Amino acid sequence: MSVRPNTRPAGHKPLFWRDRAKRAIVFQLLLTAAVAVFLFYIIGNVQDNLSARGITTGFGFLNNTAGFGIVQSLIDYSSQDTYGRTFLVGLLNTLLVGGLGVIAATLIGFIVGIARLSPNWLLARLATAYIETFRNIPLLLQIFFWYFAVLRTLPSARDSLAFGEVIFLNVRGLYLPEPLFESGFGLIPATFIVAIIASIALLLWNKRRQEATGKRIPAVWISLVLIFGLPLLITVATGVPITWDIPELRGFNFRGGFTVIPEFLALWMALSIYTAAFIAEIVRSGIQAISHGQTEAAQALSLPRNLVLRLVVIPQALRVIIPPLTSQYLNLIKNSSLATAIGYPDLVSVFAGTTLNQTGQAIEVIAMTMAVYLTISLLVSMFMNWFNARVALVER
Amino acid sequence: MSNKKHWVLLASAGIITLTGATTANAATLEDTIERGAVQCGVSDGLPGFSAPDGDGNWQGLDVDICRAVAAAVLGDADAVNYISLNAVERFTALQSGEVDLLSRNTTWTTTRDTTLGLNFAGVTFYDGIGFMVSRDLGISGADELDGAAICIQTGTTTELNVADYFRANDMEFDPIVFDTSEQTVGGFQAGRCDVLTSDTSQLAALRIQLDDPDGAVILPDIISKEPLGPVVRQGDDTWFNIVKWSLFAMLNAEEYGITSENVDEMVNSENPDIARLLGQDGNYGEGMGLEADWAYNIISQVGNYGESFERNVGMGSPLEIERGANALWNQGGFQYAPPIR
Repeated sequence: MSVRPNTRPAGHKPLFWRDRAKRAIVFQLLLTAAVAVFLFYIIGNVQDNLSARGITTGFGFLNNTAGFGIVQSLIDYSSQDTYGRTFLVGLLNTLLVGGLGVIAATLIGFIVGIARLSPNWLLARLATAYIETFRNIPLLLQIFFWYFAVLRTLPSARDSLAFGEVIFLNVRGLYLPEPLFESGFGLIPATFIVAIIASIALLLWNKRRQEATGKRIPAVWISLVLIFGLPLLITVATGVPITWDIPELRGFNFRGGFTVIPEFLALWMALSIYTAAFIAEIVRSGIQAISHGQTEAAQALSLPRNLVLRLVVIPQALRVIIPPLTSQYLNLIKNSSLATAIGYPDLVSVFAGTTLNQTGQAIEVIAMTMAVYLTISLLVSMFMNWFNARVALVER
Repeated sequence: MSNKKHWVLLASAGIITLTGATTANAATLEDTIERGAVQCGVSDGLPGFSAPDGDGNWQGLDVDICRAVAAAVLGDADAVNYISLNAVERFTALQSGEVDLLSRNTTWTTTRDTTLGLNFAGVTFYDGIGFMVSRDLGISGADELDGAAICIQTGTTTELNVADYFRANDMEFDPIVFDTSEQTVGGFQAGRCDVLTSDTSQLAALRIQLDDPDGAVILPDIISKEPLGPVVRQGDDTWFNIVKWSLFAMLNAEEYGITSENVDEMVNSENPDIARLLGQDGNYGEGMGLEADWAYNIISQVGNYGESFERNVGMGSPLEIERGANALWNQGGFQYAPPIR
């Protein structure tokens, strides 16, 4: 807010309540004091109440042994680890399903959104049917559907569907061979990184050359060959320093290899498919927000349809798409807490569920869980705002 | 479902945050009399212990404790407000005063008794963790379960005891943890896990909920001690005593042979133990702020412990659980009540 210039003659100071700037400072001090008193009252009250009821407080419980097992963990975890580690395990599981969900929902959403505008009648109607079906059914029901209705039809461990005797699918999950790296393997990712850097340089050079001379080489194809071909070449040259740990049936279940649990698959599918329906509508509205004259002008330059989309329509549509897209990402991440209904070990299920109940520290655990979701959401918002500022129309 | 859970937790945390400290303690008895009903926390549906019957009336061994307390305090066993709680909500609901008595197949452990601001008022059922497996697997003992996927309900001592058992026996397992017992049964039926584990009493109740109860067997192994009992808030000793002695009155009644059928004849009994229990010789309810007929009301309206056991979980019920450890002390079990004197 702008402050009115003080037009009074110097040496004649006004009374402080008639000075707008000083008055503002007083009001802000009063507000700060009120908030501080309120917080002080609440914290004191919590402590009084808890001690009056004989409830142990504090975060000391995080160092105690948890004593329970968790079915999926991205870091080493055993029942002998602490409650603090269960927090990390749950957090990483939430981030895993949230991150992969955002990626899958974006891909499906963009494809369906563009398909809905396709001149192909069948494709457009299929996209419409997809959107209207999935965004109008409650998410929890969809999660149950994927988990109980779809996964239940899979065979038991003994009658697994086998793909080439190395990949197995059954009601317990998807079992994949796990690569075990031998010495000399480090060369392969190194080559991969070098190939990526070279490809970026090539693309930049190609763009500059096109701007300068109007000529271009098929740099995208060359890059793809570089990125996938070079590491493959090195792999063969070094005598394939990888062995595969192939899952095999031992006792009740497959052991060895890498397991994707059905809870994860069901939650990931449900979240992606549900959110993608909303993203598709956002993409469609974004594209339709661009005046048709833009498309016609691009077509008049005889650009093919894919280039019209890529070079003219989508860059402008992104400005309309990104703000609502951010909300969908935040929704997806928060909705992942429905995991607890089907037993996927996310933060809410592991930490705000089992850990809370074993320790009884409801206030601390719920506060930590809320803080985590708040932090994740704010970080996503910050990133998307930054991205939005980048693609925004630069006005001169 | 989970949204509701969090709402309850947040609301309870909010109550602890915002209400004044002075209203926290005591006076549960006065509040109950003024309200005219006992606020009793029960399970979210466990046949035999606490579940609504076909007419929507709550029935079960745990429910009978709520009814006994209502009979002792208000003279009317039906004056109970039942609040259905899942495993995660239950302690917060009791701590924050949403319920005054938690009678919900809850295991008595050190942590729960000493750090949550709660007191366990006795043991209504001596239980232990067991395993239920599909009959097709052909398994006869818990030591054959290495590598099994196990369905467990979240927030229970079962999660800890199963992990301990498998670690102690150097076996591996995958815990599949569900929110409610219904979902746990669903996961077991869908074949997501080989084993469903819980307290053996619950296994019997869950087994009859299966589409094909005969397709599952309960293994004979019991791997832990699970004494289940009613819980109250710490700091209100009068209320604690009322709950404790309501249970003892039911146990003593069984020991002296007083049932809901014959209690009106027993009132005239010459036996001094019976006369004291039924309030014919002195008022033993006075110290708890109750009338002399407190135990008479419990026995005439709810029955003695043996009647409640047989009706809800014993041979007279679909669960068909034997008395075993829950028989009276003079009949080979652990159930023992201090004398009324």
